[in-house]
Amino acid sequence: MHDLGGRQGFGPVVVEQDEPVFHADWERVARAVTFAAVANVDNPSTSKFRHAIERMDPAHYLSSSYYEHWLTAAATLAVEAGLVTPEALEARAGGPFPVSQPVLVDDVAVPAQRSARFGVGDRVRVRNMHPGGHTRCPGYVRDKVGVVTSLEGEWNIPDVEAHSHARVPDAVYSVRFSTEELWGDGEPGASVNVDLWDCYLEPA
Amino acid sequence: MSEDHHNPTPPSPIEQRVAALEELLTERGYVPEGFIEDVNRAYENDIGPMNGAKVVARAWTDPEYKARLLTDGTAAIAELGFGGPEGHYMKVVENTADVHNVVVCTLCSCYPWPVLGLPPKWYKDAPYRSRMVREPRALLAEMGCPLDDDVEIRVWDSSADARYLVLPARPGGTEGLSEDELVGLVTRDSMIGVARL
Repeated sequence: MHDLGGRQGFGPVVVEQDEPVFHADWERVARAVTFAAVANVDNPSTSKFRHAIERMDPAHYLSSSYYEHWLTAAATLAVEAGLVTPEALEARAGGPFPVSQPVLVDDVAVPAQRSARFGVGDRVRVRNMHPGGHTRCPGYVRDKVGVVTSLEGEWNIPDVEAHSHARVPDAVYSVRFSTEELWGDGEPGASVNVDLWDCYLEPA
Repeated sequence: MSEDHHNPTPPSPIEQRVAALEELLTERGYVPEGFIEDVNRAYENDIGPMNGAKVVARAWTDPEYKARLLTDGTAAIAELGFGGPEGHYMKVVENTADVHNVVVCTLCSCYPWPVLGLPPKWYKDAPYRSRMVREPRALLAEMGCPLDDDVEIRVWDSSADARYLVLPARPGGTEGLSEDELVGLVTRDSMIGVARL
């Protein structure tokens, strides 16, 4: 449910004037406790943390704020790592303590490292992929054709990092998509650049 | 906030859950003493859009710095002493009379902490994340940033490791201002790309 690009029906952007860094003390505590929890799980990574948010029940995800996402992911990872039990959390909280749904993939293919296949100006199509685990390939660009506008170095593939001890660097490109390609009736004179790993792409 | 200690507001469910996880992890030794203050202190005091504003003002007044900033954002931003988490790989995109850049993260809420601080709520909420890639011109107008039809819009969905800072166009009539005075003109929203100066 986290993959929100292009989803409709959310209404206007609500801007809070003179917004404080934290709205309440629990937000600052949740932020810090999340770092503490993530640092103490097996094989920690940003990818693993993000996936714990992505595994939240969809209705809970959409009806809760950013720092509640963090808290839920932190509690989920802490439970899965055996740092705390769900029973202890609920007893201490005096009520329900929802955590995320289980990881659905127990093994991911670890590709061999390879060199960049594309260059600036190349047309690429995003693979029509729907992995059951973590990915940083937004749904709205899948099966769409774009043009590589820059190479952004090599970064560990998040789809692997979230589910494995392996770290596989892979080329990342900034790929530009026309709004017409993305939406059919997209606004004229606009484009969207998305940073995509080589393994998400195929020649177009 | 109530100052009436005789009838305090009972903690909300989210406050109770945060306290539960904090207490249990602390009791088990996973939260070092002072950690909560240490993790957040800089973001409540020293790190925020004023950092990005210094970068922008420097770029407006020093063409060589601006060239470095657009070529290697991370290194140029580090020249002013800014870097750290969510800023390890910075890209700076320049607004001109003809091109307007705007930044979003559709998958979570990626944001360049060292130069802008922690993101505002609207940046993290579903309406902005869903709509900015779908209808940027309409949404920008709705947010108070109408653009002429002949201005090209480039949306940057920061879904990987790069974090983006928009370099706003320098407002007209500011030729006589010093770099320090220019810093005061630069807003957070102009560096996300949802406002022009």
